[in-house]
Amino acid sequence: MTSFINNLGIILYATLIYTTPLLYAALGSCFSEVSGVVNIGIEGMMTAGAFTGTVIAYFTGSPWIGFLCGGLAGAFFGMLHAIATVNLGADQTIAGTAINMLGPGIVIMIAKVMFNSTDTIPLEASMKIPRLFRGVFDTSTVFGRFMDNVFANYASTYLVFIAVLIVWFVFYKTRFGLRLRACGEHPQACETLGINVIKMRFLCVCISGFLAGLGGACVTMAISTQFRPISIVGQGFIAIAAVIFGKFRPQGALLGCLLFGFCSGLKVVLGGSSGINMQLISMIPYVVTVIVLILFVGKSRVPSANGKPYVKAK
Amino acid sequence: MTKKKSFLEFVSDTRFIHILLSIILGFLVGAIFLVIMGISVGGAYGRLLSSVTGVKGFSYVVVYAIPYIVVGLSVAFSFKTGVFNIGAEGQFVVGSMAAAVVGILGGALPKPLLIPLCFLAAMAAGAIWGIIVGFLKTRWGINEVLSMIMFNWIAFYLSNFIAGIPAIHSDGTAEATKNVSANASTLLSKDFINSMGLCPTANWGILVAIAMTILVWFIIEKTTLGYELKAVGYNKFAAEYGGIHVNRSILTALAISGALAGLGGALQLMGMGGRISVFSSQEGFGFAGIVVALIGCSNPFGVLIAGIFYGALMYGGSKLNLVGAPTQLVNVIVGTVVFFIAISVIFENLKRIQRRAPKTQAPANTEKEADKT
Repeated sequence: MTSFINNLGIILYATLIYTTPLLYAALGSCFSEVSGVVNIGIEGMMTAGAFTGTVIAYFTGSPWIGFLCGGLAGAFFGMLHAIATVNLGADQTIAGTAINMLGPGIVIMIAKVMFNSTDTIPLEASMKIPRLFRGVFDTSTVFGRFMDNVFANYASTYLVFIAVLIVWFVFYKTRFGLRLRACGEHPQACETLGINVIKMRFLCVCISGFLAGLGGACVTMAISTQFRPISIVGQGFIAIAAVIFGKFRPQGALLGCLLFGFCSGLKVVLGGSSGINMQLISMIPYVVTVIVLILFVGKSRVPSANGKPYVKAK
Repeated sequence: MTKKKSFLEFVSDTRFIHILLSIILGFLVGAIFLVIMGISVGGAYGRLLSSVTGVKGFSYVVVYAIPYIVVGLSVAFSFKTGVFNIGAEGQFVVGSMAAAVVGILGGALPKPLLIPLCFLAAMAAGAIWGIIVGFLKTRWGINEVLSMIMFNWIAFYLSNFIAGIPAIHSDGTAEATKNVSANASTLLSKDFINSMGLCPTANWGILVAIAMTILVWFIIEKTTLGYELKAVGYNKFAAEYGGIHVNRSILTALAISGALAGLGGALQLMGMGGRISVFSSQEGFGFAGIVVALIGCSNPFGVLIAGIFYGALMYGGSKLNLVGAPTQLVNVIVGTVVFFIAISVIFENLKRIQRRAPKTQAPANTEKEADKT
């Protein structure tokens, strides 16, 4: 029983660690996709955020300024994507692919010039995103250790769950959210009602970049302590998958990210104890996602106008 | 319609010129970054150019380009048929692994038998990987982009797992498979390489890549199958109404696309790598294929040229650190090129708006005239 609770604590801790960056990026992806712009550039925006966050935190000594700047760096690439796709009517897949090359390309190049290495200098503990409720729980008891594992987590993790609530509220309880969703379903109808589709989509893609940037920043500023070219490997695409999994709803994306995070957590515990081949264990999150899709989720309805450039009628 | 086009119209009409302009802009942006970083533009671009020219340099470029071309064809084919094969990465990996397994275990077979066998195994593995995704889509309606992302990683770990199996794993300390048998190698003979002054990994895989280019063009443009697949790509519902089995078409398209990506994996392995390492992150050949397909406008021959261009940048880029410039510069250049290719549609949009302007008056009248008569 004791070891079960211990293991459960470790699994939940790892779940939260894996889920947090995915969830930021997935919320970002929601904004973009629901407003009608396919954004496969999430990965590149995350990388930009990861690097910028770490570097700014390193030089200012403040994790929060770094975290914010990570978001802004993501938003910058989001803006590039928005200019190409929303204003100039570019193919969204092509522009997203370009962002995925440009984001990592530019930041790794800057890292090379600044640090003479593709890795940044590791952050000191005070520059990292702090862990909340540290030392609140008595880790000498089994229950205390469990609570410490689950609740003494990074501030960024708490923030992302609050962000899910906010995004859900914005999407379904505000006028802005209604308009946002309408832009992704029938932009022409929106225009006739006086909604500026171009402006809405532009804003949404920038928000999407901002959130992806935050997601990247918490990989390098909370989970790890430095930026490396392999800090962001595929998390952006997993986030996109989680959004499709969640049928383009923030609450669905939360479930998708948690499922994925939980399986990754399981992987950590199984990898340590069971003796099953590590490579096979590493497949679990991906295989489980596919199985859950087949059994419970099925078809995901894409917003009708998703992927189609909107050209304002003259 | 004999009116001669103005220069501006010519520029805005020709896809090739858009791409050429994008490439020039890409290098321009690269140059701006070089200036900001305080690195000599001439030095860096000179090094890039000198690395990829000459017999030896260009042979390296061609060797680098082989997998890019074939994976690019795979993605281009999928674009033509209305699916976005973001799963080329996984298909490449399983193809490469299948070729390795056949090339290691069947090492005793003679060359003319073993090489085709390796190719077939790789294509079959890639095709199966594509068909699984297609089946999930047609049977349960599961979004193909989602399942492809998952299957890319499943392929990645599967390959790492197979590399660890004792019969396959290297006898030495390397975290890799054994080398494939010399009978499965596509390398040119040592004497030929030396006499021509080619690079040590020069291989005849490029001939396969060219043959595939012609084959893909033929399938898309000259066969009923290609016509049906394209029809489904343009408009699934119209195609179905026209009597085409949409689900079967999607499966066929993904199988062909997957087989091509798998073949790319085999060519890379049998020509260059010789063995498969246990990787800690994806190698990104599938992603490179997407870029090559985009630069090549999804046209098979365009992909062939784009693959060589991409190969040249990647090989040249790996030599950039010799002059103190970061290797990633080439990624920035390629990213910028793709970005400008994306926004080059603005020319077409502008033209559409221009054309629409006078239409609002003239055709309205002609329609009325037609009604009267």
